[in-house]
Amino acid sequence: MGRRVPIVSQGDLLIASVQEELSDSDILDMQTRILEEVSRLSATRVILDVSLLDVIDSFGTRMLCDIAASVSLRGARMAIVGIQPEIAMAMVLLGLTLEDVPTAQNLDHGIALLRERA
Amino acid sequence: MNQLAPNPAALLQRVKLDSDVVAARQMARQLAVELEFSRPDQALVATAVSELARNIVKYAQDGDIEICAVTSGPRVGIRVTARDQGPGLEDIDLAMQDGFSTGNSLGLGLPGTRRIVDEFDISSAPGKGLTVTVTKWR
Repeated sequence: MGRRVPIVSQGDLLIASVQEELSDSDILDMQTRILEEVSRLSATRVILDVSLLDVIDSFGTRMLCDIAASVSLRGARMAIVGIQPEIAMAMVLLGLTLEDVPTAQNLDHGIALLRERA
Repeated sequence: MNQLAPNPAALLQRVKLDSDVVAARQMARQLAVELEFSRPDQALVATAVSELARNIVKYAQDGDIEICAVTSGPRVGIRVTARDQGPGLEDIDLAMQDGFSTGNSLGLGLPGTRRIVDEFDISSAPGKGLTVTVTKWR
């Protein structure tokens, strides 16, 4: 699992990067690991990079919202970065949105976004 | 692609575990790439298969996804058939409404899938399983 979603930290910032397609249980594992790392490192900002995901379906969307919500309950803020344009189009057609979850095009923008909202 | 293999054998993926959902959608995307679907349409085909395969895992626990290339005159498409022997649906019209779910989900799986494909056919009866056939034209 660590290989599929490596999590690196820098100061109070955590960056989790999805490396390959994730099954539902992989996504649940990822949620657990992100929360553990947020607590262990007292992180206040989390970036989840999904640029290598080529499907985000209804379950995936719900999980991304859940992960952001649970990170928020731990007192940290999370941004999702790198949703590919064709995935964004598919999500909208499916009726899926990431309400209340900040998103950005790439890592740099995501970091800037979380800094603005601090 | 200059020539299309004449009616290639359908690809079949048994769907039982959640890792099978990933395998099924990767198989669908691969065929979409081979058939030179646009990148947005590749994503739509893969997403539709993901939703259909997940429904099998969630509600029927066992089934299969069949994926094949189809042609109609000059048109090329991908047809996906999701079959299971699960509990089936009591009320298909209700299941096709946005937001309806018996399984603690967003309830967008089937109605959402219908929106992202060109043809959508569903047949079911209580206790008789569920078969959903969708087609996406290139």
